[in-house]
Amino acid sequence: MSVSPAAKKKKDQAANKKIIKLDATGAYYKDLNRKIRALAQEGARKFEINNVYGQRYLGTNLWGVEDREKISIRVYGTPGSDMGAFMDGPTLEVFGNVQDATGNTMNCGRIIVHGSAGDVLGYGMRGGEIFIRGNVGYRVGIHMKEYKDKIPTIVVGGTMQDFFGEYMAGGRIIVLNKFFDDNPPLRLSYFIGTGMHGGSIFVRGDVEAHQIGAEVGISEPTDKEWKEIEKYVAKYCTIFGLEKKQVKLLKREKFWRLSAKSKRPYGTMYAY
Amino acid sequence: MLTSLLPEFTVDRNEDRCIQCRVCERQCSFDVYTHDDDHDVMIHREENCVACQRCAVLCPTNALTIRNNDYTYKPNANWTREHIQDLKKQAETGGVLLTGMGCDKPHKNYWDHILINASQVTNPSIDPLREPMELRTFLGRKPDRLKMEKGKLQKIEYPGVELTTPIMFGAMSYGAISYNSFASLARAAYEYGTFFNTGEGGWPKELRKYGKATIVQCASGRFGIDLDYFNDASVVEIKIGQGAKPGIGGHLPGEKVSEHISQTRMIPQGSDAISPAPHHDIYSIEDLQMLIHALKEATDYRMPVSVKISAVHNAPAIASGMVRAGADIIVVDGIRGGTGAAPKILRDNVGIPIELALAAVDTRLRNEGIRNWASLVVSGGIRNSGDVFKAIALGADAVYIGTPALMALGCTVCQKCYTGKCAWGITTQDPYLTKRVNPEIGTRSLTNLLRAWSHEIMELLGCGGINAIESVRGNRLQLRGIGLEQWELDVLGIRGAGQ
Repeated sequence: MSVSPAAKKKKDQAANKKIIKLDATGAYYKDLNRKIRALAQEGARKFEINNVYGQRYLGTNLWGVEDREKISIRVYGTPGSDMGAFMDGPTLEVFGNVQDATGNTMNCGRIIVHGSAGDVLGYGMRGGEIFIRGNVGYRVGIHMKEYKDKIPTIVVGGTMQDFFGEYMAGGRIIVLNKFFDDNPPLRLSYFIGTGMHGGSIFVRGDVEAHQIGAEVGISEPTDKEWKEIEKYVAKYCTIFGLEKKQVKLLKREKFWRLSAKSKRPYGTMYAY
Repeated sequence: MLTSLLPEFTVDRNEDRCIQCRVCERQCSFDVYTHDDDHDVMIHREENCVACQRCAVLCPTNALTIRNNDYTYKPNANWTREHIQDLKKQAETGGVLLTGMGCDKPHKNYWDHILINASQVTNPSIDPLREPMELRTFLGRKPDRLKMEKGKLQKIEYPGVELTTPIMFGAMSYGAISYNSFASLARAAYEYGTFFNTGEGGWPKELRKYGKATIVQCASGRFGIDLDYFNDASVVEIKIGQGAKPGIGGHLPGEKVSEHISQTRMIPQGSDAISPAPHHDIYSIEDLQMLIHALKEATDYRMPVSVKISAVHNAPAIASGMVRAGADIIVVDGIRGGTGAAPKILRDNVGIPIELALAAVDTRLRNEGIRNWASLVVSGGIRNSGDVFKAIALGADAVYIGTPALMALGCTVCQKCYTGKCAWGITTQDPYLTKRVNPEIGTRSLTNLLRAWSHEIMELLGCGGINAIESVRGNRLQLRGIGLEQWELDVLGIRGAGQ
């Protein structure tokens, strides 16, 4: 059966407007995710899930769904680990905190968290954007990577913990470190960027040499990078309802760029 | 740099036969041969020779013989030549020694201490040339019991895959091996009805048509992974460990990351491809369970999820955890498992032989009543169809072969994969060398190997009066040990010959 382009457009517009509300109370994650998948296959594009309580893998099971980059899911409650794992297109917005391994090996799409995130955020992330309003746990951004113009980005409003950006191979992470606090209270995190061989971490606040891995260099952001930072902070403000003019108050001199000294950190480790 | 090493090998050139065609010079990728134009003779730099035999095989007049170098240090049972040479290399460089292929140390090979039974008088043997013989193998979780309804068998609710023979090609990534080698494995597996494993270096788009014969890996580096990568395949495998280098990751050096490899792995060209030692989202069995189910979600529960570990001391307990965490297939890779590059000290000293690990894992899963929850695949040191048969009788569902497959493509186990100079065109990305593997011929060699081994397995089944591989699976009564101590027989769960 063929559908005329006009009819399809009309159907899509209707689907885009309609918000599907789901109640996750007591739902098994597999059932919940399959329900979302089935509805998305029928054309639903906007979801609101209430009473989420530990259900894992939200946004993962959407392979093969047409136009999945148009799907947006608003999540109320506390989703379980691996939210957005391997996710490829959709937008997830969480009104609450998220657990571990959010955005695991994510390929494309956007995750917004109006709260804090647990450990291993964005592990092996390959594309898309993650905005965390609050703090993040340990081992965030491990082995993120990039390819040509596909550059994953994480913006953290609050503080970070140890092993941040370990083995990082590409992408960018911006840590605002308690936004708009003139003297950012950098929590003493250690082993930042250990084994790093690509990508950049931009941190607001001073980072001492003993906090970073041996493979990491500290420098000032370039003009181009500063423009990127401003762009992402503006996005952060828009997303979390902060006044945009605040961005102008950001002091460039407070930012440091952490990046790999070499694309080949272990090139000289071996005999012949 | 002045080196105090002796050449390992000697090149003997029979000048009477040599016709100065200089094939040796063109074929050697290790720069052993040069032609002295002034005196019109070939010059040998024997210190570069790795005994890959490429020159000797291609010499049209058989003028070349590569021999072990007779020069020797004073004989010493403790300080062998290998120890002395290795130590000198390290004193010169301060580096970790790298090597390729599987462990070459004479750790006891249990396959050689196990013998197979045959039928005489009381149970007739079967001739596979005239009678049907079943090698078909199904991998994936099996139900606790079969359900019948109205005389009909109910469909099994777990996803599984079917193999025409219990032999698959083990994980070798595009990057570690050349594109032509990788493509040969894919095509051969597809044509024969078995599987090849992409390893962790991604899966080129143009080979996705072999998805029915493809197992894709999700390893700690997460290279080239997206939802299409999983869903275009038939099995997803989480790689935790590799027999050649248990507990460590991998470094594909930047110079091997060509444009096509960079696109396949989705990393910038020339950048090191580093796989961390652990998956940083897996620090426990519970975390493993989380990733297994993430992969099931990502593939909508359509395909089995496999988990691969290397054979280590407590493999049985770990395997039990893996099965309980939801793995549909578990893979155990023994100490003799191959590698494109590994620190020599790990390859030769870490892990245990697959024969013992296999028997111990199978026994443990049986004792816990969960053997049917997952299929067991073993690898690392399978050399012939007899080893395959013994592995299955010890409890394996299927085996992975890596080194034998590369040998079918030309490999002579010179162990220099890590240099990227493979003269046979297998473990290299140099376009001048990779042309040496022709995918058409490679595919045919590999399917030949599978056909030959499969037929031999049928003969082994037939001689034991058995007509289906299923009846051998875990049938340890078909095996007897020879030259083994009691503890070894106990671990293997077999009796001694004559008992």
